[in-house]
Amino acid sequence: MDWYPLYNSLRIALIATFFTFFLGIWAAWYVAKLPRWLKGVLDCLLTLPLVLPPTVVGFFLLKILGPRGPVGQILLEVWGQKLTMTWYASVFAVIVVTFPLMYRTVRGAFEAFDRSLLYAGKTLGRSNTWIFWRVLLPGCKQGLIAGTVLAFARGLGEYGATSMVSGYTPGRTATISTTVYQLWREGNDTLAYQWVLVNLAISLAVLLAINLLEQREKQVRWPVGDHEV
Amino acid sequence: MALEVAIKKRFEKFKLDVAFTAEHGVTGLLGASGCGKSMTLKCIAGIETPDEGRIVLDGRTLFDRERHINLPPQQRRVGYLFQHYALFPNMTVAQNIAAGVREGSRAERAERAAGMIRTFYLEGLEGKRPRQLSGGQQQRVALARILASAPQVLLLDEPFSALDSYLKWQVELELMDLLEAFPGTTLFVTHSRDEVYRLCQDVCVLDHGRSEPLQPVRTLFEAPTTLPACLLSGCKNISQAKKLPNGQVETVDWGVTLAAGRPVPEDLTYVAVRSHHLRVVDVPGENVIPCQVERVVEDVFSTVLLCTTPGGVAGLSRLRVELPKGTLQDVGTQVLLRIPPASLLLLTSGGRGSGV
Repeated sequence: MDWYPLYNSLRIALIATFFTFFLGIWAAWYVAKLPRWLKGVLDCLLTLPLVLPPTVVGFFLLKILGPRGPVGQILLEVWGQKLTMTWYASVFAVIVVTFPLMYRTVRGAFEAFDRSLLYAGKTLGRSNTWIFWRVLLPGCKQGLIAGTVLAFARGLGEYGATSMVSGYTPGRTATISTTVYQLWREGNDTLAYQWVLVNLAISLAVLLAINLLEQREKQVRWPVGDHEV
Repeated sequence: MALEVAIKKRFEKFKLDVAFTAEHGVTGLLGASGCGKSMTLKCIAGIETPDEGRIVLDGRTLFDRERHINLPPQQRRVGYLFQHYALFPNMTVAQNIAAGVREGSRAERAERAAGMIRTFYLEGLEGKRPRQLSGGQQQRVALARILASAPQVLLLDEPFSALDSYLKWQVELELMDLLEAFPGTTLFVTHSRDEVYRLCQDVCVLDHGRSEPLQPVRTLFEAPTTLPACLLSGCKNISQAKKLPNGQVETVDWGVTLAAGRPVPEDLTYVAVRSHHLRVVDVPGENVIPCQVERVVEDVFSTVLLCTTPGGVAGLSRLRVELPKGTLQDVGTQVLLRIPPASLLLLTSGGRGSGV
């Protein structure tokens, strides 16, 4: 059995999750501070990839990253490299698809965070940067981990957008999900079953991790202050 | 040493309009919950921004709408004790207190934090997390952290609300000692008249977002002049009232005419009398009202009679009398209650049109 699809899937999911992690936190932090109407508009835009069919996301990405798209064209001229139909094209697709999961989970954690802790930091003379890194992020640890695990799991199983921007080339762009599809088309059930089992094992491990985290969250309860007008 | 506050802030259904000048010592902000006490503190700390007005601390302008001054909370040097203390749960006691130290190298900061730990009797707890501490210990850590940041004013937001009642007394005594040692101004927010009486020198009554003029605490309890102040000072017997041409007072709810023994203000709106100032007497006379005993309630240290006055508004013509324990009175009997003229509290609308 050629293990390349597993390696490629893990590589894409890990790199994409790395970027999604920071992008999601950054977006959540800035959106949470915006005025209400702007927050609503941006929230819709940032969550859109979650509800759009992945093929629509893939279509947009092809139009932007493709050889005739605005970004793809420049890179082709400067670098002489095509962005689409490569393994790293999938990284872009997975970032876009997983971003809303991270963003929404982290924003939820930020909004549920006891604001008086932030205010206390400010009145004690601490900078907003200090408060962000030393108070807010540690306090939202569970939310950050949950968002990251969700994003990673979703990224690992991504099919629609990936298959559109990277296609299926064995040994070059093949991922677990595109391999399963390809094997089924070829009627190679034995190998397809093996990959399905691999996928099941990874998914179960992720779900188990989420459950364990949730249990820990229940045990660790921070005191929450109530607020009066 | 003074904190001058004159601010206004509008919300959808609520208007905050607060003005007072707190000198050194402890000034109470007394009001029912939802009256804008916490919002006032947040405006002073710079967490909320008022719509208009100014805030000046020891001659330093923290906020001035007209001059476009609005210092960030970090530069205001305002020590804010939050209702639930807002200790950082991910840090130890020592780290929490060190977070309050503004200046110096890492070693100097640790040194100052260690000094605070000694001052507040927190030795041995340095490595503990806030959730492992009792309510009283948490409050000490919070105060140590605040004082480590060398504030010029202390804002205490209902500091005892998170404590069990048996702990309250001890923590209150500790806080009293501490406040005596603090050189700056302290603002103490509470809805409890008892806490105000024990801890504050002056008090500012807040009613539906409006502040009344600052007054000495004794005045609030001995001679409150407005309905909200009277209610907050714990008075239970209150009646709408009008001044009569002969200088006496007609009580609308009680349905009797009373002498005040002193000039009555023209804009009289209510009169009141404290339960323990009412006297049971044997003979009729001035300000003696024949009442019917409605209920007898045995309290911990006293016997409370609920009596109805003759006439007046049904349901409101009721007087609450507190008598020494062991006094025997049966429901349905008549008693003669005397309101000493000097004990009759004369309340006006307060001149700010608070709409009572």
